[in-house]
Amino acid sequence: MNKAARGSLLGIEQLEDKEILGLLKLARRMNPLKARPLLRNKRIVLLFYEASTRTRSSFEVAAKSLGAVTILVLSSGSSIEKGESLLDTGYTLRAVGADAIVIRHPSAGGPHLIAHHLDIPVINAGDGMHEHPSQALLDAFTILKHKKSFKGLQVAIIGDIFHSRVARSACHLLSRLGAKVILCGPTEMVPEVAATLAPGLRVTRHIEEALRGTDVVMLLRVQKERLAGQKIGLQDYIARYQMSAARLKLAKRDAIVMHPGPIIRGLELTSEVMDGAQSVVIEEVHNGVPVRMAILARALGKAK
Amino acid sequence: MLSAKNQRREIPSLLIKGGHLIDPAEKINAPMDVLLREGRVAEIALPNKMRGSAEEKLDARGLIVAPGFIDLHVHLREPGQSYKETIATGTAAAAAGGFTSVCTMPNTAPVVDTDEWVAWLRSPERGAVVNVFPIAAATRSSRGAALTDFAALQRAGAVAVTDDGKPILDDEVMRTALRLGAELNLTVVQHAEDTRLTEGCSMHEGPTSFRLGLHGMSAAAEASVVDRDVNLAQQIRESRLHVAHLSTSEALKAVRRGKRAKARVTCRVTCEITPHHFTLLDEDVGEYNTNFKMNPPLRSATDREAILVALADGTVDAIATDHAPHALHEKQVEFERAAFGITGLETALALAITKLHREHKIPLTRIVELFTAGPASVFDLRSRGSLARGNFADVTVFDPRKRWTFEAAKSRSLSHNTPFDGWQLTGKVVTTIVGGKIAYRAD
Repeated sequence: MNKAARGSLLGIEQLEDKEILGLLKLARRMNPLKARPLLRNKRIVLLFYEASTRTRSSFEVAAKSLGAVTILVLSSGSSIEKGESLLDTGYTLRAVGADAIVIRHPSAGGPHLIAHHLDIPVINAGDGMHEHPSQALLDAFTILKHKKSFKGLQVAIIGDIFHSRVARSACHLLSRLGAKVILCGPTEMVPEVAATLAPGLRVTRHIEEALRGTDVVMLLRVQKERLAGQKIGLQDYIARYQMSAARLKLAKRDAIVMHPGPIIRGLELTSEVMDGAQSVVIEEVHNGVPVRMAILARALGKAK
Repeated sequence: MLSAKNQRREIPSLLIKGGHLIDPAEKINAPMDVLLREGRVAEIALPNKMRGSAEEKLDARGLIVAPGFIDLHVHLREPGQSYKETIATGTAAAAAGGFTSVCTMPNTAPVVDTDEWVAWLRSPERGAVVNVFPIAAATRSSRGAALTDFAALQRAGAVAVTDDGKPILDDEVMRTALRLGAELNLTVVQHAEDTRLTEGCSMHEGPTSFRLGLHGMSAAAEASVVDRDVNLAQQIRESRLHVAHLSTSEALKAVRRGKRAKARVTCRVTCEITPHHFTLLDEDVGEYNTNFKMNPPLRSATDREAILVALADGTVDAIATDHAPHALHEKQVEFERAAFGITGLETALALAITKLHREHKIPLTRIVELFTAGPASVFDLRSRGSLARGNFADVTVFDPRKRWTFEAAKSRSLSHNTPFDGWQLTGKVVTTIVGGKIAYRAD
């Protein structure tokens, strides 16, 4: 097993602080409408084993803005359907001439497997319940547009933390940059062990406690099918954890509301909150493009 | 065709001279010479006091001479999965690891659930270089429902029954298995895992599984089954329960309960520990290294601490490898999809010496006991596990101080799925003797 190639982005956990800050700085200089063709003639494969709207389209726009050629490979309609292994798919795409692979995979560690066997950068676009580093970076980018710094910032992450790769990446990043993070939800979604993920994390079951004095409210999608097998029912979840306009008043007046999407209106948040002045949900999607431009430029050694 | 007796006569007599004998069953820990003749131990004597003579000599100066090691838990993959391992390659690895006897698990393809398959495993055609003692399936096809014919399996040579790889979850099936086992003096080996709680899990449940985003097996999923089994065993006079590859602190508590003097009147509860469980922790899986994926999984530091205490204080009966070879294509996949199991025959003694003896100061005599008299008594392997006069001439000679580097690529096993590749270890097998014949000699 080899090390992942330089420029790979497998998770936030392994990144150094200066790499995180460097990527955020680089993203600020990226403008998809006035981009230099830094990645001209580079071939970037988007290998998606799972459904995606935001991540896939924004990686594609980011790559094309930088002049790269993108090749989209989906698990359905490719040899993956015929039983080709992940590693062999990786070797094949490398042989086709891929200069980098952006991969989304349902298994935690899927991107690591190909990264450890290929000599080209691999970018994790979400692996199982593990990490979603580009989402965490675009969230940090968005927060910095509204808040001066992460030092002392209070962030409440509410919802199904256990199944969320977004939450894991966000916890690593926010903790590293000095924010205080409160994880909130029922035991099934926020086990006590979640607090061990990074320094400065705290778990609470009470949304009021999570919201009081918070600067950032980060909501996560709640999957109805996951609630099915659990003790807490849908109505119960809504009653205890749904973000409503009334609840949002508990947070700081200038608090922002974030959500990685896809959102389910009426479940984890109301339409009033989603469409309200404090919501930056659409802005997050917008910021995904420059952040992913920075990730791709760094991956292919054009981070100047 | 030579008769068995004539075949034994063909083996030259062998004098192991100048070594330090550790034979825990005989309470010997002293410089002794050992004379082997016709496949048996002929004489044990103080240095230069041997009366008998031998055709061949083995210089054991500076080395430990011990009864041949017995591994209660190996997967040699035959019948049916010879791309992973064969009895010939697996027993060659066993000999290199100092094991003179291995007990094979029945979860092959097909499952070893008939006397014909037990006999097939024991046939000389398999090319085994150490003794092979089959453990047969406890239920048909190891489906956990209809019991196999214990008596017929035992007559064919099975030394125990198990559904290893799967647990026997149904109370009534387990009760009946223990009762039939009690009548035949046959041990029921349990892979303790409540699979209703571990579906889709690929490692131990804890901070590491949470961090890696993997579903974790709780310690309770093991302990609850051991607890239930000990309760059942205590209700059945002369029942014999053996807990395979025990891995958690909670399960050890249940075993201790089963071993209390009062309980011993009715039943016999034993357990084994693998080298990887006393060496590694869940966090060692690193970035999804599938050579650290096995079942039961690597556990927490608290569990390993409890295991070390139990190895030292006598609660544990045997060190067993759970040698589980897999082909590269079954391991070079996503962690969640990778096969459970690692190889272990060639590293067991060195890990025991490096970790248990040198790091945790467990005496060498106790370690030898865990490889010899301990496992022999778990399945009542007669005339093995000690070098008493008249016993089988199975001997392991090792150098407890030799430093070496284990290289998976040089393994005798057909598969190389080990987490210990490149490890610097102390303690190395020098010569392995099976039935008076040299089965392995270090280069």
